[in-house]
Amino acid sequence: MLAYIIQRIIRVIPQLLLISILAFIIIQLPPGDIVTRQIERLQASGVTVSEAQAQALIRQYGMDRPMYQRYLLWISNIITKFDFGYSYTFEKPVAQVIMERMGYTFAIALFAHIFTWTVAIPIGIYVAVKQYSIMDYIVTLVTFIGLAVPAFFLAMIIMYVALTKFGIRTGGLFSQEYMVLPWSWGKFVDLLKHMWLPIILLGTGGVAGTIRTMRAMMLDELRKQYVTVARAKGLSEFNVIVRYPTRLAINPILSSVMWLLPWLFSGGIILEIVLNLQTAGPALYAALRNQDMYMAGAYILITGALTAISAILSDVLLALSDPRIRFGGVEGA
Amino acid sequence: MSKKTLQKKQLGRKTRRQIPEGQEEEFYRAGQWQLVWWKFRRHKLAQIAMVVLGILYFIAIFAEFVSPHDPLHRFKDYLSFPPTAIHIRDAEGRFHTPFVYGMKMGRDPNTFRPIYEENSSIIYPIGLFVRGDPYKLWGLIPSDVHLFGVGGGDEAMPLFLMGTDTIGRDVLSRIFYGARISLSVGLIGVAISFVLGLLLGGISGFFGGVVDEIIQRVIEVITTLPTIPLFMALAAALPREWPQLRIYFATTLILSILGWTGLARTVRGRLLSMREEDFVLAARLDGESEAAIIARYMIPGFLSYIIVSLTGSLPGMILGETSLSFLGIGLNPPTISWGVMLQDAQDIMNVAHYPWILWPVPVVVLAVLMFNFLGDGLRDAADPYVS
Repeated sequence: MLAYIIQRIIRVIPQLLLISILAFIIIQLPPGDIVTRQIERLQASGVTVSEAQAQALIRQYGMDRPMYQRYLLWISNIITKFDFGYSYTFEKPVAQVIMERMGYTFAIALFAHIFTWTVAIPIGIYVAVKQYSIMDYIVTLVTFIGLAVPAFFLAMIIMYVALTKFGIRTGGLFSQEYMVLPWSWGKFVDLLKHMWLPIILLGTGGVAGTIRTMRAMMLDELRKQYVTVARAKGLSEFNVIVRYPTRLAINPILSSVMWLLPWLFSGGIILEIVLNLQTAGPALYAALRNQDMYMAGAYILITGALTAISAILSDVLLALSDPRIRFGGVEGA
Repeated sequence: MSKKTLQKKQLGRKTRRQIPEGQEEEFYRAGQWQLVWWKFRRHKLAQIAMVVLGILYFIAIFAEFVSPHDPLHRFKDYLSFPPTAIHIRDAEGRFHTPFVYGMKMGRDPNTFRPIYEENSSIIYPIGLFVRGDPYKLWGLIPSDVHLFGVGGGDEAMPLFLMGTDTIGRDVLSRIFYGARISLSVGLIGVAISFVLGLLLGGISGFFGGVVDEIIQRVIEVITTLPTIPLFMALAAALPREWPQLRIYFATTLILSILGWTGLARTVRGRLLSMREEDFVLAARLDGESEAAIIARYMIPGFLSYIIVSLTGSLPGMILGETSLSFLGIGLNPPTISWGVMLQDAQDIMNVAHYPWILWPVPVVVLAVLMFNFLGDGLRDAADPYVS
């Protein structure tokens, strides 16, 4: 088992390397180099930049060195000092900007996922049991539409309705008066008051897909003989459905838990921007509008790494539950 | 009897009810594509989707003619004009062909927002093939005939079925012109994905070995990358001074960078499984060259899967373009696309006062929904031998 885990980790290293190179290329993409743009920005804000200061900036970003050395500088700073570069939009190190907002991002995404499951799984089971009933058709239709409506469209419509029908201005995570205050009970309550909307909106985005998976899996299981046997043995209908087929049908959804990790980080960027939340997504957006690319590099690298880690975790879990994989009977894809 | 004909027989038994009496002979002689078409015909939603998409693309192609106005024409007297009410009965209760009343703009004394008053004394009938803003169809054929609208020159009350935006441009005409960009982004993106996927997937599946390993690893990395942040980063990195046409192609390219991997996997998987099929062996024993085997026997065998995979990636591209342009890091004015139109809706107060600027939302949803239905129908029809 240990050998399998080690083998899996070794295989992911070149993958991470490639992701980091891609992230670095993206940082370098905008025309003109970072230092020139930084100097232009300083001059535009009325600061005169001396030749010595310019040279210092050039050295700091490694602009006097070839590309591969700059990459090495960037990646080694990340690994050793967790330094992803500097964001001039926020006038802070990128890592700090992201860390400050990470908590909200994770909390919203996590609760959104829980919301998705509590809504989608029971509905999925219900429509599978009542296949071809009117409810089944209605739910199928709604999920079809749900798959076609991105969360931020829904957000715009709900914000519009909230504003015109109820006079509530939604958006943001805090009311104006709590924005700058230190943490207190009042601020916490205020946060909760603002958080339910993004949670529900983001969660709704996943409901349609989960219902469809759940329904399809459940239909497969319900056809199997053990269900008939369970019925024949006189189990109550509730037990027949919930105790056996549901447990199996829920598997693919549970194994998708692993993919939660990267999703927590970047699942709802556009929604977060529309709702103007103090999370990591809108920060990326603000940085990108100024072609402040270190932020983007960090974002892509972190999400990519989280995805790779998730893949290892889910493979390991799979191996734990399936000895054929553990002993190398099945070639890993 | 080969496996294929056996399956065909079984399908025949099941679908016999659908085949009219006396045409069974025809069913057994039908080719693969004929069977695909028959199976597709049984998917009602997919057929509806095909009709709706056909209409949407027709509108996109003939946008100049179908739109009642020039999408850049600013009607200074009709800023933020609500969708025009269409009447068939006038103030005295007489019936007419559909018409609109003249409207006069005033300003709200407190908010200075435009308000409009109906003047029910003059009626302007809506007509077909009326004269309006001059245009050049596809930049070539000059004309000023529009499919519908209110004729009668500058004095007449213009027709705004979906209202106008804050600077007085007709929302409906902009949606029609926007369809050109928003619907073609998907097609061009799919074309790029198609070439990349077929090429790389083909190489991967055909040669195998080290090449296969490398391509598979690269695909693995690409699927690891977060879609939206990557789109955003790449789109934001485009030089601001580029002309819109180049930005348009660059955006399409960005959208297809992630799109080809699914297709490459499908192609590779199909090639790998088909290499072992009897008919490939037979062709090889017949002395066909490798190139001929791929082109004549293998590609037709999985073409339907390619079409399914491509249709499946279209909605993602349409939504991708809309999202990027909405955020202002994809296309930007004066280009018209559904996403660009929604930029106005970023300010929620704007939406609250002029909700009709949200019209692109249902249109995008409609297009995506129809592509999803079409994709579903095609997936079912792709393998006509499985019932």
